[in-house]
Amino acid sequence: MSTPQRLRVDWARCDGHGLCAEWAPEIIGLDDWGFPVVAPGAVPAGALEHARSAVQACPVLALKLLPIRPR
Amino acid sequence: MTAPRRLLAGTRQDGRPLGLAEHVATHGPLPAPRRGDARDLQRRLTGAPLRGRGGAGFPAARKLATGWQAGKRGQLIANGAEGEPASLKDGTLLQLSPHLVLDGVQQAARSLAAREAVVAVHEGAACLPVLHQALQERRSVDTVPVRVLVVPPRYVAGEASALARAAGGGPSLPALHDQPLAERGLDRRPQVVLNVETLAGLALYLRHGPQWYGELGTADEPGTLLLTVRSSGTQAAVMEAPLGTPVRAALAGAGVAVDDVQAVLVGGYFGAWLAAPQVLDLPLTHAALRAAGGALGAGVVVALGRQECGLRATAEAARYLAGESAAQCGPCLNGLPALAGGLELLAAGEGSPELLERLDRWCRLVEGRGLCHHPDGVTVLVRSALAVFADDVAAHQRGGCGRPAGRALAVPRRVP
Repeated sequence: MSTPQRLRVDWARCDGHGLCAEWAPEIIGLDDWGFPVVAPGAVPAGALEHARSAVQACPVLALKLLPIRPR
Repeated sequence: MTAPRRLLAGTRQDGRPLGLAEHVATHGPLPAPRRGDARDLQRRLTGAPLRGRGGAGFPAARKLATGWQAGKRGQLIANGAEGEPASLKDGTLLQLSPHLVLDGVQQAARSLAAREAVVAVHEGAACLPVLHQALQERRSVDTVPVRVLVVPPRYVAGEASALARAAGGGPSLPALHDQPLAERGLDRRPQVVLNVETLAGLALYLRHGPQWYGELGTADEPGTLLLTVRSSGTQAAVMEAPLGTPVRAALAGAGVAVDDVQAVLVGGYFGAWLAAPQVLDLPLTHAALRAAGGALGAGVVVALGRQECGLRATAEAARYLAGESAAQCGPCLNGLPALAGGLELLAAGEGSPELLERLDRWCRLVEGRGLCHHPDGVTVLVRSALAVFADDVAAHQRGGCGRPAGRALAVPRRVP
C-alpha cells in the first residue's frame, strides 16, 4: 500500500489482551493497565508487516489499519 | 453593563415560557419555507460566524456544510442534554424561549433536507413539559417532524456520538466513528449535532442578518452568548452577554465580590482554572481564553474565593468525572479514578513525593485514548489546577492549606 496508514484502536472493543504489543513492539507499547499505546502518526513502512500481524492477532478485532485522511 | 436581550429577548422573570404568539411578537414571524429552501438556507448560512455553544466552539456553519456536502439527507440533532453540572444555560433557554431554539432546529434541518430532527434532553429535565408544549403549539407550521429524545441523566449521554447512537435506538454511550458524524453518521446518513443555544443563535442570525448580528460582540467573534456564573456566595446566575465581555464584568453582573476572587474556572468541568487578577481582565472570547491557556467551553464561569481551596474543589470534580466514565474504554475507566485518587491524597495532605509525577503520567496516559473527549477534559482541569494552585500544592505536600473546597463548582453528591 502506498498511502500512509495509521493503526486505530476501537476502544470499546479493546480489553487489554496485549497481543498487539507482542506482534508490533516497535510501534505499540502497553500502559499501566495493559492497554495499547500506539505511536502517533503513520506506521513506518518497515513496521507495516508487524502492524498487519497485530491487527490479525487481536482476539476482539479492536485494531484496524486505516488510510490517513488528508486534511 | 446593560445586559443585551437577544437570545433571552422578551423572556419572563417568573420562569414561564414564551408561548408561540409571544415569541412571534418578540422576534417577528416564523421563517417560512420557500421553493429551493435548502439551497437558499445553505447560501445564507455559508460562512456565518456562528461558533458552537456546546463546549467545543466548532464553527456551526462548517459542520452544517459537511452535512450539506454529504450527498444524503441528514438528521439534525439538537443537543439540550446539559450534562455539565455547573451549567444551567441550555435548560434555562429551553425553559424560557423554546420557540427560538425550535426555529433554529427547523432552519438547520431544512438546510440539510432532513427527514427529521431530534431534540435531546436529560430524563427529568425541568424543560421537558415546556418543550412538548411548544412542539404541540407549532405542529401545524413545522415542516420537518421533530421528536424529543430523552436520555439518561449521565454526563456522557450528552456527548455527540452518544446522542447519535441514542437517536438510532441504541444506548446513550459514545460510539466509534472513523469519520465526523456530520459527514457520515452511525447509520451512514449525516448526523449533525448542534447545541440548543447554537441553534437559537442561528435563528437570530437568519432572521436579522449578519450586520445586525455583528453589532454586538467582537469583529472575529460577533454576537452574544449565555453564561452560567457561580460562586460559593452567590446564587447561580444565567446571563446573556456580548462576546468580548471581560470576566470581571460577568462576575460583577452576578453579584460576585471580584476582590475576593482567587481564581476562575472558565468553561465548566471541561475547562481550565485561570488565576486572578489576570483572569479578571480577559475578554470572554474563544481566542482570548485559548491564548491564556483556557477555553470558553460551555460558558460556565466559576469564581473561587480566597478562603477556598482549589485543589480540594478540583479533587471533588475529578472524582465526580471519574464516576461518569461510560466504562467502555480501558484508559478512561482506569485512569480517571487514578487521577481522582491522586488528587484526593494531595488534597488530604497525604501524597508521596512521587505523586505529582504520577499525576502527570496518568494525564498523559488518558489523553486522546478513548472513544470520546471525556478524559481529555479531565486532564485539562487537573493540569490547570496543579499549575494555578501551585502554592497550595506545595502546602498540601507539607500537610495542607486549611481551607475548604467551597460549593462554587456545585459537584453533585452521588446517592450511594
